[in-house]
Amino acid sequence: MTAILETRGLRKAFGGNVVLEDVTLAFAPNRLSAIIGPNGAGKTTCFNLLTGFLEPDRGEIRFQGRDITALPPDRRAKLGICRSFQVLNLFNDYSVLENIRVAVPALRRRGFDCWTRAGDVREAEDRAAGIIRLVGLAGREHVAARFLSYGQRRLLEIGVALAGEPQLLLMDEPTSGLGSRPMETLRELVQRLAAGLTIVVIEHDMDFVLTLCHDVTVLHRGTVIAQGTPDAIRDNREVREAYLGTLKYTKARG
Amino acid sequence: MTAWTPPAMLGVFTLFLVLPAVLPWIGGYTYLGTEVMIWAIFALGYNLLLGYTGLPAFGHGAFFGMAGYFLAVSQKWWTGGLWLPLLIGVLGTALCGAFVALFVARRRGIYFSLLTIAFGVMFWFLVFVLDTWTGGEDGLTGLLRPAIAVPGLGAVALRDNLPFYYFVYGFFVLSTVLLWRIVHSPFGQVIGAIKQSETRARAVGYDTTLYKGAVFTLSCAFAGLAGGLYSLARFGAFAEPMSLQQSGNVVLMCLIGGGFASFYGPVLGVAVFLVLRDFFSTVTDHWMLLYGLLFMAIILFLPEGILGLVQRVRRPTGFHDTGTAEAARAAETTARGSKP
Repeated sequence: MTAILETRGLRKAFGGNVVLEDVTLAFAPNRLSAIIGPNGAGKTTCFNLLTGFLEPDRGEIRFQGRDITALPPDRRAKLGICRSFQVLNLFNDYSVLENIRVAVPALRRRGFDCWTRAGDVREAEDRAAGIIRLVGLAGREHVAARFLSYGQRRLLEIGVALAGEPQLLLMDEPTSGLGSRPMETLRELVQRLAAGLTIVVIEHDMDFVLTLCHDVTVLHRGTVIAQGTPDAIRDNREVREAYLGTLKYTKARG
Repeated sequence: MTAWTPPAMLGVFTLFLVLPAVLPWIGGYTYLGTEVMIWAIFALGYNLLLGYTGLPAFGHGAFFGMAGYFLAVSQKWWTGGLWLPLLIGVLGTALCGAFVALFVARRRGIYFSLLTIAFGVMFWFLVFVLDTWTGGEDGLTGLLRPAIAVPGLGAVALRDNLPFYYFVYGFFVLSTVLLWRIVHSPFGQVIGAIKQSETRARAVGYDTTLYKGAVFTLSCAFAGLAGGLYSLARFGAFAEPMSLQQSGNVVLMCLIGGGFASFYGPVLGVAVFLVLRDFFSTVTDHWMLLYGLLFMAIILFLPEGILGLVQRVRRPTGFHDTGTAEAARAAETTARGSKP
């Protein structure tokens, strides 16, 4: 099966600090893939390259066979690459409904319409209602995002990404900071979504990664050190060393 | 569901409709009412940038002022008449706004503000460089307010203050309804989203630079309408509305009234600003001092402006109409309760 998204030889440096080096990835359609790695491995930078918030120094990104390396974030979103953020990034004064509605393509296509009432764009309204039910925020439609609980805001964060009708959903640490109960809600949601959608998730929670995901990519110091099924990753020596911090000694000796 | 002409708006319209009859009783005069409505058009349009998109432009007086020159040049040497010069004032100003937007729409925060100041100053100097057209220090005087045909009333001479008041009133009503529609339209939703998180707005597929440029141009068009009317009100186009101080005044008007908290904030701000200017200047020669102190007090103690205070009491959810206060309070309690 051909990959929906692939990268070839991506490199990104901030000044002299090389954050990603020669990153080549491929994500197969309709699978739930995870990118894991210790702090500072370059995971979020990788997402920012994939979504166009950063430009790579070298390398190329192809989405559904098309070179998108030079496309800005909004153009990529229109192609169906939708993302959520690690640090909550919501429209805090907007209600749940407004947050989601503004991200729906049916409203976006009428973004320069100065005359119609926003709530009168039926298609957007219906779509938004569906998303709100899907992420489990029904009954909270008219509450401003800033008044939601943290767990609900995490759900809304995913809802806004989903509203864009993604071909590919990129989630940056969706479980970050969640307690065990909201974590369970989120696991269920991701599991349901994975049934019909290509998802790439950055995650620290190993239980989440090893039990839910189909493929795992391990980043360490800006390079891909392992790729494979959760089982293969679990048994990979290099991955263990990366997490336990012994890798630098082996490298120094070798 | 948002009404297109909500009761509050009808209230404002009624107030200004009967104002000329009331003004003499409370020590005012018709021209003051005209001035308030003109500046209100300017401030409401400016608030599209400041309050709704969160873009603090500090050189907007330039657009308010340049419209007068467009109108004057057009009326004196080109088209003559009334309607065409007004239209040229709006279009010319919007065009200059679009030109400036090319440079400022990519910017945010302090860089945006500084650039708008730079352009404001540039246009101000341009008035003196092009003094064969603009009249330099003297301005362009001798503008005409020709009579217009009104169905049922025949030809109405706009020369007099009262008919001109209602002429401006028509534009005030039109602008208010138009801006109300804009802020509640899909476009209004997008600019509000950009204000709250520009990165997220881009992530969900909006070319935020384009939208910011569009809002800037739109607000310049309203500045152009207001500026054209202002030059007609004073029978001349002058450089002084283009000065940085006047640019600052429109920011103050929006802040005092509560442009961040309410659609009508700028209207109230303009009224308070102009009425107090008149009042203080009759009381003392040092009225600027009193004026400054009062504004400092308002910014210090009412950071969201006068209507911000009203909103805070009535609806704690903040700026956008996000449902009932009860729902928000309930949500807040839940949020507090579920914290570990």
